[in-house]
Amino acid sequence: MRADNVAARIAYVVVLPVVLLAAWWFGSANSVSPFFPPLQDILEAFPSVWFEGRMWNDVVPSLVRLLAGYGIALVVAILLGVAIGSYNGLRAFLDPVLEFLRAVPPPVLVPVFILFARPGDELQVFIIAFGCVWPILLNTIEGVRAVDEVQRDTASCYRYGRVRRFFGLTLPSASPQIFTGARQALSVAIILMVISELFVSTNGLGYSVVQFQRTFQVVNMWTGIILLGIIGVVLSLLFRLVESRALAWYVGLRRSERGE
Amino acid sequence: MSSAAHVVTPRSGASTATDAMLDVRDVHKVYEGRGRSVEAIRRLTFHVDRGELVCIVGPSGAGKTTLLRCVAGLLQPTSGEVVLAGKKVSGPPEGMAVVFQEYGRSLFPWLTVRQNVEMPLKQKGLPKAERKRLVDDALAAVGLAGFESSHPWQLSGGMQQRVAIARAVAYEPKVLLMDEPFAAVDAQTRGELEDLILSLWKRLGMTIVFVTHDIDESVYLGRRVVVLSSAPTVVLEDVAIDLPEERDQVGTRSAPRFAQLRTRIYELVQLAKKRSGATPAEGEE
Repeated sequence: MRADNVAARIAYVVVLPVVLLAAWWFGSANSVSPFFPPLQDILEAFPSVWFEGRMWNDVVPSLVRLLAGYGIALVVAILLGVAIGSYNGLRAFLDPVLEFLRAVPPPVLVPVFILFARPGDELQVFIIAFGCVWPILLNTIEGVRAVDEVQRDTASCYRYGRVRRFFGLTLPSASPQIFTGARQALSVAIILMVISELFVSTNGLGYSVVQFQRTFQVVNMWTGIILLGIIGVVLSLLFRLVESRALAWYVGLRRSERGE
Repeated sequence: MSSAAHVVTPRSGASTATDAMLDVRDVHKVYEGRGRSVEAIRRLTFHVDRGELVCIVGPSGAGKTTLLRCVAGLLQPTSGEVVLAGKKVSGPPEGMAVVFQEYGRSLFPWLTVRQNVEMPLKQKGLPKAERKRLVDDALAAVGLAGFESSHPWQLSGGMQQRVAIARAVAYEPKVLLMDEPFAAVDAQTRGELEDLILSLWKRLGMTIVFVTHDIDESVYLGRRVVVLSSAPTVVLEDVAIDLPEERDQVGTRSAPRFAQLRTRIYELVQLAKKRSGATPAEGEE
């Protein structure tokens, strides 16, 4: 890839956000509305709001809970998904229930869980994990079911053991679908991180935003929303980085199948 | 050639032969479906000696793949047994490698060529230096040195099948099963791959069972050709190929004896299309 090509691609990606920010900046510059303060005020408040204590007391705990819940969901969903996807009977038996549970919007369940469990980090991690499990699980089941029969025969002929079959065949073969599920789960995780804090937390990013709102610190509230957006973008970029490395073979395979 | 063509060769003493590497004894396979069953194989008995290269031909739908899957231990016969190197096959046996027709689906696309060839050796528990030697040798033998770090999908069909062959060869099997391995490659590549198999067979001395629907290919490669009937399958005839040991694409294929043998097997396969294990074979004699 040539240098000017890279520059052109970066420009292509950056232009729209810059235009929107500029519109926000100039559109809000003379605003006197208490609900829509000038962007300039928001950005000026940003460092003092977040970098003087809240980074450590609110942002980090939020992110730790997010990653813990997401990580647990990944492990549980992939293991369960491989188990269910490997047995046709089991899959057919569970399928309607899984589809139903997936269809229930996870935030709805947060008030339910609060009835049964004590508020705390564990409950929030559980809520995030519970919401993230479904997209990963269902996609993993599909991916495992679609493992090529000839590849399975090949693994059998070369006497692959259980572990090698899992790591050497099932997991890589299902990985494109697992990544699809994991991408959906990542946005679910961010939503649940915020929502769980509205109900059951005494710190965190979402908790702070609500506190600012309730105490009419509108400028600070807006800084929190911007920070949430930035975190979402960074996480999704990291995800894509991992995905593009792990699935480079898949992209190449698809390209060669299309004859490119 | 028509006089002897219809005789079902008796192979009664074969199953007790001490040099039999592969012994297929009275294999019978019925697929049980919903409310109906399909008899794929009526009764198959044949053997392959240690170091022999035997081709199996038959009309399409002759249960060739069913037979091969039974031999490979991927499928349990309904009755009868397959014995490989003195051991009854109940699952994929040790010391056996299979090359499938669908090379594109048999190789693992997430692995490089080297990793594809090496993976079964890891499963075998070979040390790293040994694995490297075997992989390098096998890839050199199939003419793919220099492609170690490519992925299979970056290679042509013929090259992909070479990778699958290298994987099988590096595994050092006692028996190599090949299920119509060259059916999906172009004619020119097919000739090259046939010669590759012959040279590997001579060099390594393994036993090869080569399933094909291509009559010319079976005569060119085989020291014996087992002709199967239509389903439900029986062995129609076991034809010895008495061509000179050294074979080459031009000389062998234009020899009068080659033409005779291919005509004979062609007639047998034509006959096989009409006849199955359900038809009384002796009636015409």
